[in-house]
Amino acid sequence: MSTDIPEGKETALKLADSDFATDRREHDVKSAVLDYWNRLKAGELGALPALIGLASLFVLFTFLKPDTFLSTGNIANLSTQALPITILAMGLVFVLLVGEIDLSAGVASGLCAALMAKLLVEGGQPWYVAVISAIAAGIIIGTAIGWLVAILRIPSFVVSLAFFLGLQGITLWLIGEGGTVPVRDEVIVALATRNMPIWLGWTLAVACAVGYTATQLLRWQRQHARHLHSKPIELVLIQCGVVAAVLLGATYVLSLDRAASPLIELAGIPWGVPLVGTLLIVCTFILGRTSFGRHIYAVGGNAEAARRAGINVVRIRISVFMIGSGLAAISGILAASRLNSVAVSAGAGNTLLYAVGAAVIGGTSLFGGRGKARDAVFGGLVIATIENGLGLLGTKAYLSFLITGVVLLLAASMDALARRRRSNVGR
Amino acid sequence: MAETGDPVLRITGLNKSFGAVHVLHNVDFTVRLGEVMALVGDNGAGKSTLIKCIAGIHPTDSGQIEFEGRPVTIDGPRAASELGIEVVYQDLALADNLDIVQNMFLGRERRKGLVLDEPSMEEAARETLARLSVRTVKSVRQQVASLSGGQRQTVAIAKAALWESKVVILDEPTAALGVAQTRQVLDLVRRLADTGHAVVLISHNMNDVFEVADRITALYLGRVAADVARTEVTHGQVVELITAGRSGDLGLAPQTAAESI
Repeated sequence: MSTDIPEGKETALKLADSDFATDRREHDVKSAVLDYWNRLKAGELGALPALIGLASLFVLFTFLKPDTFLSTGNIANLSTQALPITILAMGLVFVLLVGEIDLSAGVASGLCAALMAKLLVEGGQPWYVAVISAIAAGIIIGTAIGWLVAILRIPSFVVSLAFFLGLQGITLWLIGEGGTVPVRDEVIVALATRNMPIWLGWTLAVACAVGYTATQLLRWQRQHARHLHSKPIELVLIQCGVVAAVLLGATYVLSLDRAASPLIELAGIPWGVPLVGTLLIVCTFILGRTSFGRHIYAVGGNAEAARRAGINVVRIRISVFMIGSGLAAISGILAASRLNSVAVSAGAGNTLLYAVGAAVIGGTSLFGGRGKARDAVFGGLVIATIENGLGLLGTKAYLSFLITGVVLLLAASMDALARRRRSNVGR
Repeated sequence: MAETGDPVLRITGLNKSFGAVHVLHNVDFTVRLGEVMALVGDNGAGKSTLIKCIAGIHPTDSGQIEFEGRPVTIDGPRAASELGIEVVYQDLALADNLDIVQNMFLGRERRKGLVLDEPSMEEAARETLARLSVRTVKSVRQQVASLSGGQRQTVAIAKAALWESKVVILDEPTAALGVAQTRQVLDLVRRLADTGHAVVLISHNMNDVFEVADRITALYLGRVAADVARTEVTHGQVVELITAGRSGDLGLAPQTAAESI
């Protein structure tokens, strides 16, 4: 902007005409790349740190453990390891978006899993009744937290810390001191430990790649036809190409036989992966394309502005906690499926911090208003890779804790620095 | 169809007390389509209270509000915006993390079924900005966080103009702005009136007031000291009206002005 002081109205109009670019609708590749670079410089990092982190972790662990880390068996193991963290983180993205925190999400996932296991083993209920009850329990917990936070205006930090303790108590009471409940239901166990038939995996992967490309191209075509703001077609095509390559590449690797013994065959995509995929699509749709999602961002960005715009802020606050704890329940079910049991300590310990770390590493801000559902997937993969790689290296427990703590702190510092950068650039 | 110059909002004999404090005394206030009405007064003169009564934030004690000739009661912010009264508050009600289009439609998003109708919102936002000759934004898909103070104010004002609004109330729109940015916003205020809105401009800055206002209403300790055409008064007279409630023949009777204190 020019710093010259205009002398009169005419000067001002000329200034307005000449000094400011008019609204740009279409980009060519150069201007789009330049815009992206400017956004990066202004602290809009998005998923970039997570992708760089993931790539460097892969290089690091491949270098340190060349035989085991990139083996097909370990890649499959890594993907199931990431499932519970990712789903828990996806729920936390909603909570973080409105600028709140839910410290009880981890133990809520444990409690819901314990409830499910109890219903299966002692109640003799079919799996779907147990699963629906577990998710319902999660939503009830979320409603209670949301109510206390949104209506009584107790800081969410305190409310969820209280729930963190209280819910552990309930889990202990349900399962009994020091006990575990085994989970043997076929369907539940299959989620994280069984694989899809190879043909189904390929069909789903191709369908997703085609569906994604079609959606992106259709949107671009609609924006272009109506002369709206749109990305250059070259970038849209590259984006679609990358997504398709990742989908098909992952499917290829997971479809290789990874059995240790040549006598049996073990291949295919674990059933939990399409579950996360579905949740990712649904959450992305809700956050990006519905007015409910738009209102979540608005409450996180400026709650007062949202209130003045007629948005029911209380309702939004309660609903994000419901979504957060509901997804936590699903995460607990997947964790139970992976371990074939639910222990008293399920969801306690570092579960929650892993999930918060995943969301923040993926690019969701702890200060509210910024983040996407996909952050949980990228961040979840980073955390799972660290956990997996350190496991392979046989790192001592104390070191694992230390390293994970440092990574979480690193992600949070990056978030805080990016935020400072943004407020320096704006205004 | 209402014509330029028709009174769109007419307030007569408005009284408002907070407990024992009588804040507004028999206030008469009229705004007309196509006209910028400046509302001036010292701190505590009752400007904000008057605006909040019009915006439905404060209930009134007595007095009549007529909107387009019909008596109305404004019993909440929603009732005010349904009538077509939009307020742009001093602390701008914009969400930093949303882009310009998203902010302009916040809380009133257009939808197609379940899905947001982004193309139609983007077109309408662009149209409104073009109608107000706003050229200061690079892209309507820019995040508000990346805008300057003047640009934010512009977006907030354009947001108010988007909604078939008839009365747009601006609370100190230039208070925090630099010279060039003030220029932009004042031009926008003028265009807002020229495109058929009735504009109420609250300001402490006499230069701004004399630059864009058609009429000036001065409040003095909760009373209307004068409601005059801009061309009929000088800077000095308006300052006297603000500080003493009277200026020569203009203003409150000496007795009223004195007893108000």
